[in-house]
Amino acid sequence: MYHELRKPGTSGGSAPPKVELREVGLRYFSLDGETEALKGISLSIQPGEFVAIIGQSGCGKSTLLSLISGILKPTEGAVLVDGREVAGPSRKIGYMLQQDYLFEWRTILDNAVLGAEFQGVDMGKARARASALLTKYGLGQFLRHRPRQLSGGMRQRVALARTLCTEPDIVLLDEPFAALDSQTRLALADEVTEILRREGKTAILVTHDIGEAISMAERVIVLSRRPGRVRSDHAIRFASVNGRRPTPLAARNAPEFSAYFNTLWQELEVHVEG
Amino acid sequence: MSKVETADHVLPSPQYRQWLRRERRGQLAIRAAQLGLLVAFFVAWEVLPRMQLVNPLFTSYPSTLWPTFVELLKATPQQASILSHTWATVLATVLGFTLAMVLGTAIAAVLWWWHDLYKVLDPYLVVANAMPKTAFVPIFYIWLGATLSIYGMSLAISLFITILMIYAGFQTIDPNKIKLAQTFGASKGQILAKVVLPGSVPTLIAALKVNAGLSLVGVIVGEFQSANLGLGYLILYGSQIFKMNIVMTAITILAIVSSIMYLAISWLETAIMRRR
Repeated sequence: MYHELRKPGTSGGSAPPKVELREVGLRYFSLDGETEALKGISLSIQPGEFVAIIGQSGCGKSTLLSLISGILKPTEGAVLVDGREVAGPSRKIGYMLQQDYLFEWRTILDNAVLGAEFQGVDMGKARARASALLTKYGLGQFLRHRPRQLSGGMRQRVALARTLCTEPDIVLLDEPFAALDSQTRLALADEVTEILRREGKTAILVTHDIGEAISMAERVIVLSRRPGRVRSDHAIRFASVNGRRPTPLAARNAPEFSAYFNTLWQELEVHVEG
Repeated sequence: MSKVETADHVLPSPQYRQWLRRERRGQLAIRAAQLGLLVAFFVAWEVLPRMQLVNPLFTSYPSTLWPTFVELLKATPQQASILSHTWATVLATVLGFTLAMVLGTAIAAVLWWWHDLYKVLDPYLVVANAMPKTAFVPIFYIWLGATLSIYGMSLAISLFITILMIYAGFQTIDPNKIKLAQTFGASKGQILAKVVLPGSVPTLIAALKVNAGLSLVGVIVGEFQSANLGLGYLILYGSQIFKMNIVMTAITILAIVSSIMYLAISWLETAIMRRR
């Protein structure tokens, strides 16, 4: 077998895991009744790990990220970051949403420093950092442009700069490429993976795209249908290329890819409803 | 126009130039028709009474507008200059819609902040907006006196629609933009100042367009009741002594004032939207 099944919640080293969920459950309330979105989720994620969470739509994947980021509180259990319970949004965590949500009334540079502005940090330093990041992502000459003047891929790079400008240790990615066309999607997945690996960030990617999960992450967690529970946890290993893990694009052509794909496909129990 | 030569074409092509000519001619025709309508209106207004098809006592003539205007320019002990009348009306209108914008935005922000307060007040706001505010003209006159009642009517007539429009604008801000701000730990005040308000600028301009016109209505109706200055007063005075030339001159100035206000707001809109 190419994958090994890990027991959820087992941690590797002696240091506290970067992110830990202990028996987390979440229920939404409405006048029509209550909905159990997540149930009994236990996970631990080590520093520098790149983890993908997959599951069908409506299984609570995005809710899981909202819990880790602290904008939602669990109804049961606890979420810990660096061994401490999450009480609210923290500077350690950056969150990339499904679309760029750039503010059309701000320039590219002003969009990229948005997080720093909300956090009330030194704006001079934030501007310098944002310009450096944007320049690195090939947007150096667009700092004073407006979002509508940029293509979808460029806009999502601005969103990445906005996320990384606040220097988070953990980056949460909620289907960040869902709104892009397929070529841009593949290219940007390569870029983002490379950037996050190089900077040693802990990354949690939520997606319903099995290929994206396998090619980007070194660990894939499958959630069951609602209420979402951890169904299985797979380590993804590729034969290294030049001593490194292959890039996402190269990984898609690696011999291991299709076996992982088939396993995860069966785990997801995809049924087309007619 | 620059000429671009490609392998087998000379651009702009003759067809394109022909299309451009036709397009320009079409636009010219529309302008001509608009101007023609205005001219036809004035000609009919002048000719029909002269042919005794309508009673000139009721309509006066457009040819009397300018002489009446010149005559009214001079202030007499009984009557202020028409410029003072115009200024009084413009000032009350600008004060009315500025106040309506500021108060309306502030109240909408308070309702956004305390959503439960909005839920409580919602039916009252809707009824207050639907009420004919002009019914309050006599009461405002008693409560506020001659000048303040005009400002009050100007504000009252535009305030509730402003609150409702701006609040509705706040509600249309993409919740994901607010979620984005929350992921950075933004406070409610920061979300209001940096997401909701700047995102609502197009709504604010739309509200301004609506309440500038309404404020003018409020001022004229207020002046009917209580003023001895202002175009509303002049219209009432002219009709009471049956001098239709005074009434028509005042109404023509009102039309010009409305057009200038409309142009000013359009210019403001273009200036703001170009910066975005």
